[in-house]
Amino acid sequence: MSHADTHDHDHDHKPKGFVKRWLMTTNHKDIGTLYLIFAFAMFILGGALAMIIRLELFQPGLQFVQPDFFNQLTTMHALIMVFGAVMPAFVGFANWMIPIMIGAPDMALPRMNNWSFWILPFAFTMLVSTFFMDGGAPAAGWTLYPPLVLQGGKNLAFAVFAIHMLGISSIMGAINVIATIMNMRAPNMGYLKMPLFVWTWLITAFLLIAVMPVFAGAVTMLLTDHYFGTTFFNAAGGGDPVLFQHIFWFFGHPEVYIMILPSFGIISEILPTFSRKPLFGYVSMVYATAAIAFLSFIVWAHHMFSVGMPFGGELYFMYATMLISIPTGVKVFNWVSTMWKGAMTFETPMLWSIAFVILFTIGGFSGLMMAIAPVDFQYHDTYFIVAHFHYVLVTGAVFAIIAGVYYWIPKWTGNMYSERLGKIHFWWSTISVNVLFFPQHFLGLAGMPRRIPDYSTQFAEFNMWSSIGGFAFGLAQVFFIWIVYRTIKGKGTTKATDRVWEGAKGLEWFIPSPAPHHTFQDGEPVKDEQLAHVSSH
Amino acid sequence: MSNTEVSNKSHDQYYVPHLAKWPIVGSIGMTLAAVGAATFMNSETASTPVMMYLGFAVLIFMMFGWFAEVIKESEGNLYNPQVDTSFRMGMVWFIFSEVMFFACFFGALWYVRNLSVPWLGGEGVGLMTNTELWSGYEGVWPTNGPGDVGGKFELIDPYHLPLVNTILLMASSITLTIAHHALVDGARKKVIGWLIATVLLGAIFLFYQVEEYIEAYQHLDLTLESGIYGSTFFMLTGFHGMHVTLGAIMLTVITIRLMRGHFKPESHFGFEAVAWYWHFVDVVWLGLFIFVYII
Repeated sequence: MSHADTHDHDHDHKPKGFVKRWLMTTNHKDIGTLYLIFAFAMFILGGALAMIIRLELFQPGLQFVQPDFFNQLTTMHALIMVFGAVMPAFVGFANWMIPIMIGAPDMALPRMNNWSFWILPFAFTMLVSTFFMDGGAPAAGWTLYPPLVLQGGKNLAFAVFAIHMLGISSIMGAINVIATIMNMRAPNMGYLKMPLFVWTWLITAFLLIAVMPVFAGAVTMLLTDHYFGTTFFNAAGGGDPVLFQHIFWFFGHPEVYIMILPSFGIISEILPTFSRKPLFGYVSMVYATAAIAFLSFIVWAHHMFSVGMPFGGELYFMYATMLISIPTGVKVFNWVSTMWKGAMTFETPMLWSIAFVILFTIGGFSGLMMAIAPVDFQYHDTYFIVAHFHYVLVTGAVFAIIAGVYYWIPKWTGNMYSERLGKIHFWWSTISVNVLFFPQHFLGLAGMPRRIPDYSTQFAEFNMWSSIGGFAFGLAQVFFIWIVYRTIKGKGTTKATDRVWEGAKGLEWFIPSPAPHHTFQDGEPVKDEQLAHVSSH
Repeated sequence: MSNTEVSNKSHDQYYVPHLAKWPIVGSIGMTLAAVGAATFMNSETASTPVMMYLGFAVLIFMMFGWFAEVIKESEGNLYNPQVDTSFRMGMVWFIFSEVMFFACFFGALWYVRNLSVPWLGGEGVGLMTNTELWSGYEGVWPTNGPGDVGGKFELIDPYHLPLVNTILLMASSITLTIAHHALVDGARKKVIGWLIATVLLGAIFLFYQVEEYIEAYQHLDLTLESGIYGSTFFMLTGFHGMHVTLGAIMLTVITIRLMRGHFKPESHFGFEAVAWYWHFVDVVWLGLFIFVYII
């Protein structure tokens, strides 16, 4: 965001030259920018793979790709979107916003912060390079279940080491977030005065540190089973392929909350601003987030109802999973109550946030349906689950990320985005994403299996609609690149004020737009009237 | 809130380094090591993983450079107590991540011993599996599975080398604590002496561990490929051994730093971090001794 140089903050010792500014940076804003740009690039790459998938599924029969390559596409689409797009995007938000929101001079461990980011491009280059190897990319699905994943080509070692590197990056990033929040808050910034985005990230960071090492262990076992003759997942040697599924989902279920809790935080910042009311039930939001995080550790086997589990296990995991709807319900009702009788306006971030609340809730309800073990036997591995997790991840996590970009980009760049283009982007995306994913519910209920390039002709019509929606949604995100580019360059836009939004509260709105390279000097207390969530409300 | 920029010189402000040149070196080293190792594992002919070694060399170079920078800043009094707290939190949460990594392998051991092996032996839902697929398999630990993977093997007697090793590591925790108390009292020579004792105890532990592996491979036919017993035994003890090695190297570095006059009685985070790490690998060993060797 070099245009910032032209403003009156160029006395702030920004390192000169590309290498020093970006490769060796210790500045939380620059690192946040790097994360966001990288996540955007991976979002486009993962999206491109999804476009090929939808192209193949446009009609029954095999038109464009072979089944094995199709499997590589679904696997890599998921790995790239989860670890390359959604997670780094949230870390980008964390880097940019947490120090500003709590009045800290920077992240607690700035050099390690740089390393957390600069591992990612290397890890993904390695992971994506497997497409060009003998036997191609991993093709057993992102869940990497053995024994299938052990029967692939040379990609396994590369994929496993890439995952190790991503894990190291995530753990270092999470440690930094925790140390920053616990140690770097300005005086008078008590825990229960923190913006909810900071709270959700604190809890997300605990989840990351707890489960990324477990995932590292699981893929290490895959590696040694494949290359060194161990038998963790081989029944002949006394192991069990299902063991992998248990370990994977012990990681995997908290992982899906790692991708949604920061979304909750972003939405909880935006809704109060445009409702011109403080967030309803702030403290209950904090407790609900903690409760969701706790529950995420004890529900993992609901991903495995059809795999063969003792009856008591099925019952336990069914009821424990249903419990999650309680704290999640608290959140949804709080969001609705925040808007209730508010002086609402519908700027672009608000539109995305309202769509988030509605569409994420649809995803939550289909999740509740699948929590019912006997019914899940019917849904398992069908397009119903594909529809479910795309509702929570695309219209959930990705919508929240886009909402957050529109909400804070004036603060980041000093320029307002074009409200007209933003609204076009919103309606285009929201309509197309429902055309894309809603029919998949019906396909799944009718029995169409996931991860198969061909299908019975009875599924043709809904698949065609889904593909048309997919292409439209994909194109809308290319349009988004253009909107963001114009905003950064300040083309056809107006200058942002410091406050940006009329109803905005929180420290980030009391500093100039664009935010100067260095924001706060430590030691200065925060004033209560600057904050949105002070208990006097 | 003012927008005055952070001065990096003042002692009472949070130290924010201006440039970080080492992370990118670390990323390159990590990538070389990973690509080198993956290529080596995939190659069908015998080869030397040159690229992997090069990657490790770059990583070691990076660590020297990075830590040297931090030590220089620390000895130059650039860090205030708040920076110290950040480092402490960093180390605590790093150790927690390590705990979870070992928990993953301990969990796998628990699962195979209590669930999957009994199921293969016909318990509970495994009746048909046992009758149809693995008829005659008893499912009793220790086992290399119904396929007798890796052939017959014998176990290591927990009350010989492993017991000695337990005593060695427990003793090393005590010597390390004595060293810590001496550091707080300002008795530098005493600290160095007890630290050297700690490193020696760790080294003897590692020596016996290697002896045990040789014994297992050459005389007991217990190898990494001895079914699930070999898998869990060598992966758990192997990762632990790697951590002891790392801890011993860290203790050695701390000893050298003490000889050069680093650390003060009231401020010695580097020492404490390594001590926490050492106690952590000790606790893991206790878990191993009980759950892997004895039970």
